[in-house]
Amino acid sequence: MSGRVLVGVKRVIDYAVKIRVKADNTGVVTDGVKHSMNPFCEIAVEEAVKLKEKKLVKEVVAVSCGPQQSQETIRTALAMGADRGIHVEVSGKDYETLGPLQVSKIMAALAKKEDAQLIILGKQAIDDDCNQTGQMTAALLDWPQGTFASEVTLDGDKIKVVREIDGGLETIKINTPAVLTADLRLNTPRYATLPNIMKAKKKKIANVKPADLGVNLTSRLEVLKVEDPPQRQAGMKVETVEDLVGKLKEAGKV
Amino acid sequence: MWLYLTPSRRLLSLRRSLIQYRSITLENSARKAAVDKVISPFRSICGKDNVSLGEAIREQHGKDESVHRCRPPDVVVFPRCVEEVSALAKVCHDHNLPIIPFGTGTGLEGGVGAVQGGVCFSLRNMDQILNLHPEDFDVTVEPGVTRKALNAYLRDTGLWFPVDPGADASLCGMAATSASGTNAVRYGTMRENVMNLEVVLSNGTVIHTAGKGRRPRKTSAGYNLTNLFVGSEGTLGIITKTTLRLYGVPEAMVSAVCSFPSVQAAVDSTVQILQTGVPIARIEFLDDVMIDACNKFSSLSYPVTPTLFLEFHGSEHSLEEQVSTAEEITQSNEGSDFQWARDAETRNRLWKARHDAWYAAQALRPGCKIIVETKKDLLESRLTGPIAGHVGDGNFHCLMVVDPNDPDELHQVHLFTERLARRALAMDGTCTGEHGVGLGKRVLLCEEVGPLAIQVMKGLKDSLDPRNLMNPGKILQRGEL
Repeated sequence: MSGRVLVGVKRVIDYAVKIRVKADNTGVVTDGVKHSMNPFCEIAVEEAVKLKEKKLVKEVVAVSCGPQQSQETIRTALAMGADRGIHVEVSGKDYETLGPLQVSKIMAALAKKEDAQLIILGKQAIDDDCNQTGQMTAALLDWPQGTFASEVTLDGDKIKVVREIDGGLETIKINTPAVLTADLRLNTPRYATLPNIMKAKKKKIANVKPADLGVNLTSRLEVLKVEDPPQRQAGMKVETVEDLVGKLKEAGKV
Repeated sequence: MWLYLTPSRRLLSLRRSLIQYRSITLENSARKAAVDKVISPFRSICGKDNVSLGEAIREQHGKDESVHRCRPPDVVVFPRCVEEVSALAKVCHDHNLPIIPFGTGTGLEGGVGAVQGGVCFSLRNMDQILNLHPEDFDVTVEPGVTRKALNAYLRDTGLWFPVDPGADASLCGMAATSASGTNAVRYGTMRENVMNLEVVLSNGTVIHTAGKGRRPRKTSAGYNLTNLFVGSEGTLGIITKTTLRLYGVPEAMVSAVCSFPSVQAAVDSTVQILQTGVPIARIEFLDDVMIDACNKFSSLSYPVTPTLFLEFHGSEHSLEEQVSTAEEITQSNEGSDFQWARDAETRNRLWKARHDAWYAAQALRPGCKIIVETKKDLLESRLTGPIAGHVGDGNFHCLMVVDPNDPDELHQVHLFTERLARRALAMDGTCTGEHGVGLGKRVLLCEEVGPLAIQVMKGLKDSLDPRNLMNPGKILQRGEL
């Protein structure tokens, strides 16, 4: 199988940042907060670049949906070895309500437009933890899916995927074209090096609007409230088992 | 020792001990009274939740990862900014209370033990990465930032901070102990890579050793205060910011493992590789005992013989050249064929043996702890502990595995490690290449630098900390102050 791989990369709040909820409980604070590529998307990019290095695919295209700053995330993917980027411009209210359903419609449309043979995504984003985009994209395209991939092997026009599931590891063989989502142990993403960052500046990023792809961004979800998890209460020491049982009964737990 | 004194001498010695005991007890009660007085001002400076008298917290802050026993402070404070550090230090100064800075508690020389009690300043709440200048290759960090956290932050910029001691240590703590890592042979230690420090002195004064916010790549302006504080182990001031020199992430890395028929062959290869000017990034030595321990621990199957682990950094082209030069040299010293690794996963597996050395050595005798000592001269070794080390810097760790509950063995090993350090000194070396002097090497420091230099150090200490409040009992001995 030789051809084009689409890799979705999402710009999220950096994993090391302490998240704070906005005072009006409508969301989390994003202004002035460090953002970077979603860690699972890094793993997806790495896998795509590895496939290209092994000459199993011809071109790696990095895709991101979001405002102007999403271009930085695409540049990082280019520095890791992607060949070109597509920035799907979504901003303002549309960006606030952008979710897996809209993104998967966009990815499906792009896959057809770019004649992609493989879509690799991170299994989930660390801001919403949805774990839906890969699955929805496959459904919209009616393509097979290899999700939670911890090992990917291309075998002619089929793909062998080892998946991390609750019971352990599951190995499946799927046809191409297909959608894969990357799990943690798939690979160790490379660091962007300065020479590669410089080369990445010369690579092309195309601008596309969702309307051009015929995608309607209206969300069917409305966020009502965002709040902190409850503060952890101090524990209590008791002297005997009887005391412990007594306290549990008092609290209505037993 | 006491039995060898004559009866009258015994009486004198007993009297002296009683007087010492009494004066220590008086010291203790004076200190306890002072501690009671400062709790309230502490709380108003950094908030009630950031002052702790709890036993568990104090014990956590009285020990590090060395074999030295826990010496808990009287109280632990958690300041949130340099203004709070300064205000807290002023209070301590006014009440003559010792101040012990605490980063990640990953030191190996007992540097955070509060030998005279006092106040531990745990700096973990100050965890900001500030002022990254990618084109100038510098960044400033607070004490709560560890080296791995910094490198994760930098991962999109193509830059990294290469000094990598074993632990994920606080960078300001690394500055305080002049830490080093496995790639010092190419990138240097903290001494070469700290450009500026913000330091709070014992009386609360805040200084910037190279000027506030300044980060020149080189300077000849005034006395080198920055490097005075690097390696001062908290005895001259509390480091609250450090400005670090960054490097570009290498385009490509290759690791290799090579076995040798003898220690001499491995060392000769190392010297020759350095002589040919190969900019080797890491060159680590493991002796046969160490390799055997690693094989057992990590289920590997390296030949049980002196071994070198090498790593090369550079562009694809330069790597080819570096590796072929190094391979020629090792083969001419009867080294085995290189075992290669290029991608991150295989390289990590190759290096796993070296990184797990500590645990592998411990596993040789389950239930025992390790005292780590450095030794410069491998050739005259009569060592029984496994050896691993940064042969490129002439720096070895002899991992002495010891039963902490056996006082005889502890004593024997202690004598041994002193002989070891003295051997290093006899070869024009140092008693501590990486870990600092802390509690255990004060006597050796005197032997190393000599009484006149110690006097100068004492003079500097007196001028910066006249009341000896900054981490007392470390680096310089009591009698010298």
